[in-house]
Amino acid sequence: MTAPSLPVARTTTESAPTRTSGTNAVGTPHARVEGRAKVTGEARYAGDIPFAELAHGWLVLSTVARGRIRSIDTGPVLAMSGVLSVLHHENAPRLTPGVGLMGPDPSTLLLQDDRVPYRGWPVALVVAETSEQARAAAEALVVTYDEEPHDVVFAADHPGAYTPEASGLVQEDVERGDVEAELAASAAVVDEEYTTPEEYHNAMEPHAAMARWENGRLEVVDSNQGSNAVAQLLAALFSLDAASVRVRSEHVGGAFGSKGFGAHLILAVMAATVLDRPVRVVLTRRQVFSFVGFRPATAQRVRLGADADGRLRALEHEAISLSSTLHQFVESSTRHSRALYGADALRIRTKVVPLDVPAPSFMRAPGWAPGSFAVESAMDELAEKTGKDPIRLRVRNEPAVAPASGLPFSSRNVIACYEEGARRFGWADRDPRPGTRRDGRWSLGVGMAASAHSAGVAPATASITAEADGTFTVRIAAADIGTGARTALTQIAADALAVSQEAVRMKIADSDFGPAFLAGGSMGTTSWAWAITEAAVALSKKLALGDPIPAEGVTAKADTTELVGGRDQRESLGFGAQFAEVAVDVTTGEVRVRRMLGIFAVGRVVNPVTARSQLIGGMTWGLSMALHEEGIRDTASGGLANGDLAGYHFAANADVPAIEADWVDDPDTYNPSGIKGLGEIGIVGGAAAIANAVWHATGVRQRHLPIRLDRVLTAGTATH
Amino acid sequence: MREFDYQRASDAPEAVALLAANPDARFLGGGTNLVDLMKTGVENPALLVDVRGLPLDRIEVAGDGSLKIGATVTNSDLAADPEVRRRYPALAEAVLAGASGQLRNMATVGGNLLQRTRCGYFGDTTKPCNKRTPGSGCSALTGEHHNHAILDWSEHCVATNPSDMAVALAAFDAVVSLHTVDGDTELPLSEFYLPVGDTPDRETALPPGALITGVTLPAAPVAARSRYRKVRERASYAFANGSIAAALDVEDGTVRDARLAFGAVASRPWRALEAERVLTGGPATAEAFAAAADAELAAARPLPQNGYKVPLIRNLVVDVLTELTQETTR
Repeated sequence: MTAPSLPVARTTTESAPTRTSGTNAVGTPHARVEGRAKVTGEARYAGDIPFAELAHGWLVLSTVARGRIRSIDTGPVLAMSGVLSVLHHENAPRLTPGVGLMGPDPSTLLLQDDRVPYRGWPVALVVAETSEQARAAAEALVVTYDEEPHDVVFAADHPGAYTPEASGLVQEDVERGDVEAELAASAAVVDEEYTTPEEYHNAMEPHAAMARWENGRLEVVDSNQGSNAVAQLLAALFSLDAASVRVRSEHVGGAFGSKGFGAHLILAVMAATVLDRPVRVVLTRRQVFSFVGFRPATAQRVRLGADADGRLRALEHEAISLSSTLHQFVESSTRHSRALYGADALRIRTKVVPLDVPAPSFMRAPGWAPGSFAVESAMDELAEKTGKDPIRLRVRNEPAVAPASGLPFSSRNVIACYEEGARRFGWADRDPRPGTRRDGRWSLGVGMAASAHSAGVAPATASITAEADGTFTVRIAAADIGTGARTALTQIAADALAVSQEAVRMKIADSDFGPAFLAGGSMGTTSWAWAITEAAVALSKKLALGDPIPAEGVTAKADTTELVGGRDQRESLGFGAQFAEVAVDVTTGEVRVRRMLGIFAVGRVVNPVTARSQLIGGMTWGLSMALHEEGIRDTASGGLANGDLAGYHFAANADVPAIEADWVDDPDTYNPSGIKGLGEIGIVGGAAAIANAVWHATGVRQRHLPIRLDRVLTAGTATH
Repeated sequence: MREFDYQRASDAPEAVALLAANPDARFLGGGTNLVDLMKTGVENPALLVDVRGLPLDRIEVAGDGSLKIGATVTNSDLAADPEVRRRYPALAEAVLAGASGQLRNMATVGGNLLQRTRCGYFGDTTKPCNKRTPGSGCSALTGEHHNHAILDWSEHCVATNPSDMAVALAAFDAVVSLHTVDGDTELPLSEFYLPVGDTPDRETALPPGALITGVTLPAAPVAARSRYRKVRERASYAFANGSIAAALDVEDGTVRDARLAFGAVASRPWRALEAERVLTGGPATAEAFAAAADAELAAARPLPQNGYKVPLIRNLVVDVLTELTQETTR
């Protein structure tokens, strides 16, 4: 049995759609094209699709944080009902080193040797006829270890801290002007440390992958953020011809950065190869907390020096983040300070502390989310010290060019966000003094912060086929990870082809469609839109010849590699302003958010429905980051003390008030579509806006996330 | 999850007999806690005896004015019952402060009394825990314990009892009815939960194989003016960091009667008898309430991460008793 076909935009009329000029799908609200399929259950996710002869793999994870495997007692397990195989380091297929989503990553080298680099490292895969049999056997498998001492305690002054080498993902340190002299000459100085904990992304759909060999070709159904990238990685890792690997990822129930190149997928391919039958591996929620990546803890020191009028003389931001001894990951928290405020002297430093933990990874707005908490909190402290309104202080320090890079902005409409947000939030009514408003036992406060996120674009390929029936089929290895990308691309294609959306069949998430940047970095829709638009131009040239369309249609392709690479260098970012009102009971420490407003400058908005959903979702996560989310490392075991949804709290419905998100005009032609990715910016600045509101309510700064009730209670002075 | 058998019992004697025949069996109520523990391998019963269909789903006012609550009454029905809301409002509030609507629809009174701690180490079979595996050690004592006990813990276990309902029941002198192979018997809630000591795995004084058939709340006029307040890390769907069930009778500024119990501070719902003693006969003032809280909390031994619970409970006592006083005076 094969996977069901992609849901398509349904043609509502029998007659062939007419090509009309001036369709305006982009910018108008549209329900998701696959919405009906999703709510009726017709849409199948990677773990749902039945396959004949499907076997089930279950992961066995290490229970020590560092050491070597001494023995794996497979005998009793192999005798258990339904068990087909136990893959481990002594019998697993050999893999090619040097493969990874972002450069060589030893995390991909599963079951290759006896080393255990962290607690939760996959040490075996048990394969059985049913998922229940595989699980029972996996839980019965006895693995013994020669344990070695481990170090999982993150601290800013950890002796192992080092400065990572600059790369495409790691920005160079900046030292400009004399920070110490400017601080000494400043009328007001803020010098504080802010910390954020480990945070874990939990998509509704846990990670799942099915692999099988079909006619000499490796076929994979996975839940990932980029089918073509994953296919290329699999080919490299298993030393296969790239054309002999096909990866599909039709529907993805959330990813947030966690669905790159998964261990479960690699092990499913191993098992399918060894057993020569389809094998599926699905993660449990607890396994999701083990090795799919997380946002590392950060410790950030921010020093600001300003004249009495609030003009910044010095800005220093040193961001230290947790990394892994297995594979380096840098949480680039300084991206916010590099882009937001001008200062005479600038010092920006990045360090990492490698520990015996899984490699952290991208989590919604990597770097930007924790960095904005530190910098936007510090700006609020500076506003307090200089007696300036927080918005005026920010406007006062608007830079003419990007502070760190010196590059011009492609567009920067953050002031419009401040103004519109202030107007709609009622910011002018704010009494700047903290602790002046009450509602019964609740102290009330308001706060704001700036938001920003890079709005990049990357190469992609796309093809469009003009079908004989007058419809158009678009093929691009895009991914819709729940964002509404499939719908947005349908709108874009309709406009580019000057047809109605009903005439467009959008096929995505199939590696056979060719290379395309993955759904990440808020770059997906922008990158894919460009390729689709170029393909539409190429197709219209072919169709302009006026020949009748043959049965197989007329196809045109586009590759934007040269176009993307040929642009001048600019800082392209989305901006925003977030406002929050909180209520704090200082006798119990409870914090409740009463309302949030976010106003964003995010280029051309393709679909207001899904764009608002993305922004509100991000802001909700910002609230959750501010008040709830915290992965607690258990020092003794090296694992998490709260690695499931019973222990790892995120905001419940009752915590989330009316959240409003909207946007201002933000024309930008740096990329031809004028789109700026907006999937991540919603989470940026929210935690700072809430922390600043908590200060306004209580007069006490909260510099460590989450703002737990015990922190508020013990920081406050208001006991009876 | 181990394979298990399932049988439905139709009355208490049958249920108890089934369990007596199979010591590796467990009673199944709503399953909102037991099934989770089975999925994570903490519980591995060979047999589940489903007692949810037993004819124990009534709430009745007895001739002596006491309230008799059947063991299979759901948490939702308990919280919605007009007699509960009128006579023991703190109990209805406590139940509604727990879990979610869906869970309350399933969870039973009997099961609620027997729910296990939510200490993360207890629920993780890959880590030491004396409650789960006696003698393996207490991971929380030196590990993560910001929401663990401040009262009456031992070096063997610092976990708390998670129930909200049981806190209100403790305040109102509940008596637990049991059925055993020897017949019906009773156990005051104050004796139902055992101190931790060096046997944290032994949580209750329930005789082996006994089935909880109901809970009786003696008539208590003071309970008609009662309140439950729960402090937690999010607005719903979280266990308490500290909670209080309180009832107060004030006349002419003097406390005539008081009931106080705390949640999330010990391995069992904590009846604050010392605080009640200090309150009774004294002035109904914030200072007196604080003194009563201090008297109770003098025995507190906070751990490095949970010292905040002492001021939290103190503040809750003062706040809630002050609110009740204002309502009495009004």
